[in-house]
Amino acid sequence: MSLTRQDVEKIAHLARLSITEEQMPVYVSSLSSIVDFVAELSRVETGSVQPMAHPLDGQRQRLRPDEVTETDHRDKYQANAPSVQAGLYVVPRVIE
Amino acid sequence: MLHDLSIGELADSLAAAQISSVELTGHFLARIERLNPGLNALITLTAEQALECAAAADRRLAAGERGRLLGIPLIHKDIFCTDGVRTSCGSRILDNFIAPYDATVVMRLKAAGAVMLGKANMDEFAMGSSNETSFYGPVRNPWDTTRVPGGSSGGSAAAMGARLAPFCTGTDTGGSIRQPAALTGVTGIKPTYGRVSRYGMIAFASSLDQAGVLARTAADAAAVLEVMAGFDPKDSTSVDVPVPDYPALLEQPLKGLRIGLLREFFDGLEARNAALIEEALRVYRSLGAETMEVSLPHLPLSVPTYYVVAPAECSSNLSRFDGVRYGYRCAAPTDLTDLYKRSRGEGFGAEVKRRIMTGTYVLSAGYFDAYYLKAQKVRRLITEDFRAAFQKVDLLVGPTTPTPAFAIGAKIDDPVTMYLNDIYTIGANLAGLPGMSVPCGFIDGLPMGLQLIGPHFSEGRLLGAAHRFQRATRWHEQVPGGYE
Repeated sequence: MSLTRQDVEKIAHLARLSITEEQMPVYVSSLSSIVDFVAELSRVETGSVQPMAHPLDGQRQRLRPDEVTETDHRDKYQANAPSVQAGLYVVPRVIE
Repeated sequence: MLHDLSIGELADSLAAAQISSVELTGHFLARIERLNPGLNALITLTAEQALECAAAADRRLAAGERGRLLGIPLIHKDIFCTDGVRTSCGSRILDNFIAPYDATVVMRLKAAGAVMLGKANMDEFAMGSSNETSFYGPVRNPWDTTRVPGGSSGGSAAAMGARLAPFCTGTDTGGSIRQPAALTGVTGIKPTYGRVSRYGMIAFASSLDQAGVLARTAADAAAVLEVMAGFDPKDSTSVDVPVPDYPALLEQPLKGLRIGLLREFFDGLEARNAALIEEALRVYRSLGAETMEVSLPHLPLSVPTYYVVAPAECSSNLSRFDGVRYGYRCAAPTDLTDLYKRSRGEGFGAEVKRRIMTGTYVLSAGYFDAYYLKAQKVRRLITEDFRAAFQKVDLLVGPTTPTPAFAIGAKIDDPVTMYLNDIYTIGANLAGLPGMSVPCGFIDGLPMGLQLIGPHFSEGRLLGAAHRFQRATRWHEQVPGGYE
C-alpha cells in the first residue's frame, strides 16, 4: 500500500469528509491503487515544458464593468438552506 | 411512429400543423411512463410543465413563428440547473435541491421553444463511466438491461437508445457523452471547450467540463448544438466565436478530407472492434476521404493525467457543499467541523469521496509538484501531439470505447479498471477538442461507436463527416428490441 491508514485519515480531514470505520480499509486500498496508477507520470520526461492549466491557451480572463446586474434573490436562495433565521444561515455555535 | 422521426421531420410536421407539440409531448410522456421503469433513465418527470410549455409552443407556431426546436421535446441531464425543478446531480447531497435559476443551456433551449419532459439520471456529480454511482440507482442499457449504459450521461444515453425523447442534453468531462452514446447506439457530440456555456451546469472539473448533445443522428445533433452554443458573459471561459449554422454545413463533400487513424488506439484493441473501425474507414474512403495513420506518442498518458487533473479540480469545486447554504445536512451536528464532515461524508457517495480525496492528496503540501504540476506538463505534451497531428490531417478517428457495454456490477469495485473505459475519450478533453461518437456496428449484439476528433471549433466539420457516414450506413437506425 502506498498510502497508510494515517495518510487517508489526514486526507479525509483536509477534505472535511467523515469516513466510517468499516469503509476506511476500502479507501486505503483504492486510493493507494489510484496513486500507484498515476505515478506512471513521474517517468515522463517533461524538462522545461510549461504546465497547462487551461485548454484554450492564450485566452484572457475578461473583465466587466463594476455594475450591479443582479437583483436580490435572498429568499429564493435561502429556501434551499437547511436552517435559516432572520435571513441568516444557522450553524452550530462557533464562538463560546 | 412519432419517435422514429428526425427533429427536422418533426419540425416540418409541427409547422404544417399535422401534429401539435402537445400531442408530440404526450406521445413521449406516455413512452416514458411505459418504458422508463425498466431503465431508470429519468429521475424526475415534469409532465405538467411539459404540457404547458408545449401549449405555449403551439401558440407560437399558430402565430406563424418557426424554429428548428420550436415544440420539440427533450430531456435534460440532471446536472443542469432548472428553475423550480429539483436538480440533484445524481447525489444525495442535492436530493432536496430546487434550482433557483436556469442554466444558460436550459434558458437557450427554453427560449427556442424546446419542451423539457424531465431530467435524466447520471453518475453522481458526473463521476463515473457506468451510471452506477448515482444515488438514484443504476440506469439500465436498453440493448440488454443487465448491462450498464455507460456514463456519466447514462440516463440521457439510455433514454435516446430507447427513443424516449427526440434529443437529450449531456456533459462530457472525460468521455461522458461519447462513451454512453457508443454503448447505447446513439450519436453524441462534445463540443470544443468553451463553445457551450457552463453557467448553471454543476461543476466537476472546470478546465474539462463541456456540455453537448445526445441525439439519434448527426443532423439532429447539429440542429440542437446550433441553439445551445454561443458566447455567454456569465461563464468566464465561454469563447466569443460566432456559431456557424451547423445544419447548413452537413452536406459538405468529403472529397479530399484527410482522416487520421490514431495508431495508439489500435495497440491491444480487440480484433472485432478494430474490424468495425477499419470498415468505417473503408466507408470514408468510398466517400472520397483519404485515410492515413498518425501517431500521438503521449496519448497513452491521458488516463493517469486526467486522474490527477480532474480529481484536483473536483476537490476544489465540491468544497462548496458544506451543509450550510443548500443540500443535505447531517442530523444533530456537535460543532461546525462535525457538521461539515458528516454532511459531506453522508451526502456524497463512495466514488465522489474517492475523487475528492485523490484531488486533496495531489494538491496537498509536498505532493503538488510531483502530481498536479507534473500532470499539467504532460497535459501540454498531449495537447501538442494533437496540434502536430492536425497539421497533417483534418480529423482523427478511432474507437470510442475498448469494449461494448459491460454487466452492471462488473467493474464498480475496481476504480482503476473502471477509469480505463475512458482511455480513448479523455485525450479530447485534456486538449479541449470537439469529439463525437457515431454508431458503427455491433459486437455480440451490443452497439459500438466510432469516435471522431477535430481541431478546436471544427464542430461543423465533425457533424458533416458524421452525417455523411450516417447517409452511407444504417447503424444509427437500429433500435433495441422492445423499444421500436
